[in-house]
Amino acid sequence: MVDNPSLKKNPGLDCWIKLKKPGRISISNGKVDIGQRISTAVALIAAEELSVDPSRIDVECPVTAISPDEGITSGSNSMEESGSAVRFAAATARQELIRLASLALDAPIEALEVNDGLVIACSTNRSITYWDLISDEDSFGVTVDESAPLKPRSEYRFVGKRNTARNMDKIVSGSANFIHDIILPNMLHARPVRPPHYHAKLKEIDKKIEAKLLEEKVKIIRDGSYIAVLAEEEYQAVQAAQRLFNATTWDHGDGLSEEDIFESLHKKSRESLIVVEGVPSEGPLPPLGAPPDNAFRSLKANYDRPYQMHGSIGPSAALAIFEDNKLKIWCHSQGIYLLRAALADGLEMDVEDIIITHTPGAGCYGHNGADDAATDAALIARKVQNRPVLLKWTRDDEHAWEPYGPAMSMMMQASIDSSGKIIDWSQETYSDTHMNRPRPGANRAGPGRLLPLNYLEDALPKPRANPNMGRHAGIHRNLDPLYNLPNKRLVKNLVRDMPLRTSSLRTLGAYANVFAIESFMDELATEAEISPLDFRLKHLTDERGIDVLRSAAGSLYKRDKRPGIGHGIAFAQYKNSKTYAAVGIELEVTDSAEIKLHYAVGAADAGQVVDPDGLSAQLEGGIIQAASWTIYEAVTHDKGGITSRDWDTYPILRFDNVPEIEIKIIDRPEDPFLGAGEATAGPTAAAIANAVFDATGLRPRRIPFTAETLRQIAISE
Amino acid sequence: MEKMILTVNGTRREIECDPTTPLIYILRDKLGLTGSKLGCAQEQCGSCTILVNGEAVQCCVRAVSDFTADEITTIEGLSKDTIGRVVQEAFIESNAAQCGYCTPGIISSATALLKKSAFPEDHEIRKALDKNLCRCGSHNRVLDAVKKASERLHHGR
Repeated sequence: MVDNPSLKKNPGLDCWIKLKKPGRISISNGKVDIGQRISTAVALIAAEELSVDPSRIDVECPVTAISPDEGITSGSNSMEESGSAVRFAAATARQELIRLASLALDAPIEALEVNDGLVIACSTNRSITYWDLISDEDSFGVTVDESAPLKPRSEYRFVGKRNTARNMDKIVSGSANFIHDIILPNMLHARPVRPPHYHAKLKEIDKKIEAKLLEEKVKIIRDGSYIAVLAEEEYQAVQAAQRLFNATTWDHGDGLSEEDIFESLHKKSRESLIVVEGVPSEGPLPPLGAPPDNAFRSLKANYDRPYQMHGSIGPSAALAIFEDNKLKIWCHSQGIYLLRAALADGLEMDVEDIIITHTPGAGCYGHNGADDAATDAALIARKVQNRPVLLKWTRDDEHAWEPYGPAMSMMMQASIDSSGKIIDWSQETYSDTHMNRPRPGANRAGPGRLLPLNYLEDALPKPRANPNMGRHAGIHRNLDPLYNLPNKRLVKNLVRDMPLRTSSLRTLGAYANVFAIESFMDELATEAEISPLDFRLKHLTDERGIDVLRSAAGSLYKRDKRPGIGHGIAFAQYKNSKTYAAVGIELEVTDSAEIKLHYAVGAADAGQVVDPDGLSAQLEGGIIQAASWTIYEAVTHDKGGITSRDWDTYPILRFDNVPEIEIKIIDRPEDPFLGAGEATAGPTAAAIANAVFDATGLRPRRIPFTAETLRQIAISE
Repeated sequence: MEKMILTVNGTRREIECDPTTPLIYILRDKLGLTGSKLGCAQEQCGSCTILVNGEAVQCCVRAVSDFTADEITTIEGLSKDTIGRVVQEAFIESNAAQCGYCTPGIISSATALLKKSAFPEDHEIRKALDKNLCRCGSHNRVLDAVKKASERLHHGR
């Protein structure tokens, strides 16, 4: 019985593991390394099960038609899906190799030992290497066996030990190859020329400038409101794109709505679904009742988070070449198979005629411009034919056109009894869709979600978002707290027709939902006059949750606290099924109302730990990125378009405000590993809010907590 | 197009280019030194930071013609620089990168600092890295790595 979704789709062992002379083992998996070190973890798992040194393992970049299709690299699923699949594949390969060795060495399986790929028959001292058992051309020809014996944990040599990330030597010497760094003979450099905003339509291009550019051997692609330029030299393309944009006139239509985004979220028509056990269902919404008779205190609060961006440091890019009716693309998409299907549909090509290779880009943290840039490159490569086209977005393109994490608003209401127990709880979350990856759907929804295709003469319409009905998904991810709460009323509200383009940003709805829940828990604790830790523990019976909370709180509370310093804690289990994480924050609010972060502790239980330093890095990175979102970040716009177009107008956290960070991992070697990349973000936001309250008595309920926001709260309270 | 002469990583390089081209494009596209990254083209993110006469300089805006009298050192050159190599090794030990896109720029800023100041204090390191953005959140590991490199350079450990 196959449980692993990746193995269900890709059962053959040969698509996962190949032996290559001399002495190498090649692992193909379908989850892409985006800096989260999945390739390091996968290599350790394979090396362990195969009893070879990890340095013998090559983890290949996923390529369509060759690599196993493991869907999208998202949702903190890679370890559970890909990590487990590779473990079973490696165990199956070992079982098969041992069987072959037993025949070759004429020795019983029990008498064989493996040392770094050398199989030794203890009784006779005869030996043979893996690579002599199965040569390069051979295949295993078996399916992955989920019951193949796994190496006993007591014999582990690599899993659970500190490791250097696989490509670190290349990264520090500048020889790590990013998509941006590819230089091919005969290659053209391309840049898109985007409209001033989403709804602008191209009226005309100044003929004189156009002619001048053509004279300078710049190629111009125009199809409807879609424009791009191509040049032999990169800087020539950069300049040409700017000159061409300056030579365009546009029909601006009504522009973007300037209504306050949070008012829009509450006012616009919405699709409301009740969420029970993490699953949304249609049907009548239970009304928001009056507080129960035994209510000692009832509270209501509204929490908001604005549009926020992925903000990759390297703008999106892709390389494409169209030759012999085949389209080859190299890009940093998180879902190459999905992208291939959408492109085949959008460009009316056969799926087999498109080959996509994942090539590293800068960290993406969800669905950023990667798929759109690949589409740009594909469109342009088709027009020029037979020449490689390296297309890069500019900083301005990335800031203004990536699909943002949607603005969200959380309406909370709860009551406590006289003992401080929560006796009813309601949360309604309002948000536009988090689901805009090019998934197939009705009315060509897949290609319709590829930005460039919305601007062609035969434009594909942007598909209407449907509510994600999955468990703990999208808007309702982490809507349901792990606490024992009676009379829970949880509602997700999908609000369409909001002004900005949105999709999946690291954690999806969880960041904002946990921010609201864990801020509100502190507000209730204050009413109950119980400490934030005790109040949480009073409502929590999940032992693993209790352990991480106590661990983080223990580290935070033993620190001295001067006046003006605030401590805050918060907790969640990501998706109610992944890593448990509690975060403690110590900060100071300065006289100029700025938040100075002093210290952060992240305590986490991610089940069995494979790569402890890699796990730590994910938890730390999550704290820092979420601290940046929480203190600094909001995408702004006006009628004329996005106004957050660079790092001055969209500031993020810098080295001057990075806190000391302590990570405490609770290893559970007997439990399955759990995805961890998104676990600390939500708790970080709430822990900062709670620490600001602790330091100042001011309760920030709208992200970001800029000095301006804090001053306004001070004035209004 | 003009002929320009640059000194890059200790070697004299002759190139034909438009002299107004920002240096980053020349390094990456003409000289194949793709370690330095283009992140914003506005001197806002530090991905393109290199060493110019030992100082950390962003090279995504200033024209190549500005640099003809200078000693330019890119991340590739730092592999052969005593201090640069120690910094790189410290980054490896601390796993001080996730995606690694900002790393060459950060290592360049850090090396420039350690060339000037043997024992930078925590706040001096932060100040020296203030122009470098990192989105993955490797900041603490970077600070650790720079401190490690500083100790090693001083104590020869």
